[in-house]
Amino acid sequence: MHSFGYRANALLTFALTILALMCALASFSDNFNFPSPSAEIQIVKFNWFQKQPHGNDEVSLTLNITADLQSLFTWNTKQIFIFVAAEYETPQNSLNQVSLWDAIIPEKEHAKLWIQTANKYRFVDQGSNLRGKEFNLTLHWHVMPKTGKMFADKLVMSGFRLPEEHR
Amino acid sequence: MGWIGDTADSIKSIQIRQLLTQGVSLGMIVTSALIIWKALMCITGSESPVVVVLSGSMEPGFKRGDILFLHMSKDPIRAGEIVVFNVDGREIPIVHRVIKVHERQDTGEVDVLTKGDNNYGDDRLLYAQGQLWLQRHHIMGRAVGFLPYVGWVTIIMTEKPIIKYILIGALGLLVITSKD
Repeated sequence: MHSFGYRANALLTFALTILALMCALASFSDNFNFPSPSAEIQIVKFNWFQKQPHGNDEVSLTLNITADLQSLFTWNTKQIFIFVAAEYETPQNSLNQVSLWDAIIPEKEHAKLWIQTANKYRFVDQGSNLRGKEFNLTLHWHVMPKTGKMFADKLVMSGFRLPEEHR
Repeated sequence: MGWIGDTADSIKSIQIRQLLTQGVSLGMIVTSALIIWKALMCITGSESPVVVVLSGSMEPGFKRGDILFLHMSKDPIRAGEIVVFNVDGREIPIVHRVIKVHERQDTGEVDVLTKGDNNYGDDRLLYAQGQLWLQRHHIMGRAVGFLPYVGWVTIIMTEKPIIKYILIGALGLLVITSKD
């Protein structure tokens, strides 16, 4: 009954149970963090705006992104993935989300941002609906934990408008 | 002669009884594992509720050997979610992040483009030839939870089958030799 195998088995089971419990508790403790992130996005300029050969509108723009995401970090946070998406509605599509820029924040110390950048991913519409189109810029964040549940949320900034003409 | 025969009989009867008990307990272990897996399938709505990360395309968020818990709800797919998808003509599912979504007004169908956080470009090169977007039916689930390192067990076992056989043999031996 009290053989080596039996003891080794009991020890392993106990260790794994405790480890699983600690992971669950670490993940659960994230629920007690009530973050208050802030962000602001401005469009510095539209670099160019044209119709691709096969008919889709494409625009290039430069963004100014200011954000303070330090409050999102807890002791169970491995990194935060953030991205800015243009969101708009067209006659065919009830929702278009186009990611323009993203970044990984590995540490709390780097969670205060001031970045000026052109769009990293192409801002291409499905069709030719972008002229004079009103759209939102949304800052999304995805909190990736050391262990357990992942969290995501966003801040919507509305009232942006694309130029009336291609150029 | 009689004495030897009696002993042989008693040994035989004990062994059969023991063998049956061990067989039953082994069966219990296997079936309970199956029950847990199937129950998870029902709860999460995903055909594989747990996946192992095999590539480094989502580093540093997910490394090779981490495991992800999936959930497949009716909720529409949105940019930023990490989804597991199957591409036609590829066996192994891929875990990447959604970066573009176009949802149709009339039918509600979605066109989705994905990208690995650690990859330079989007996933169009990984899709089937000529495929520009993923549709709903390609997507097996979205990642909701994360556990580091645990997946190494399965990676090692698939890559070095000898370890799997040693492990199964050792466990089997343990079950057979244990008397309680």
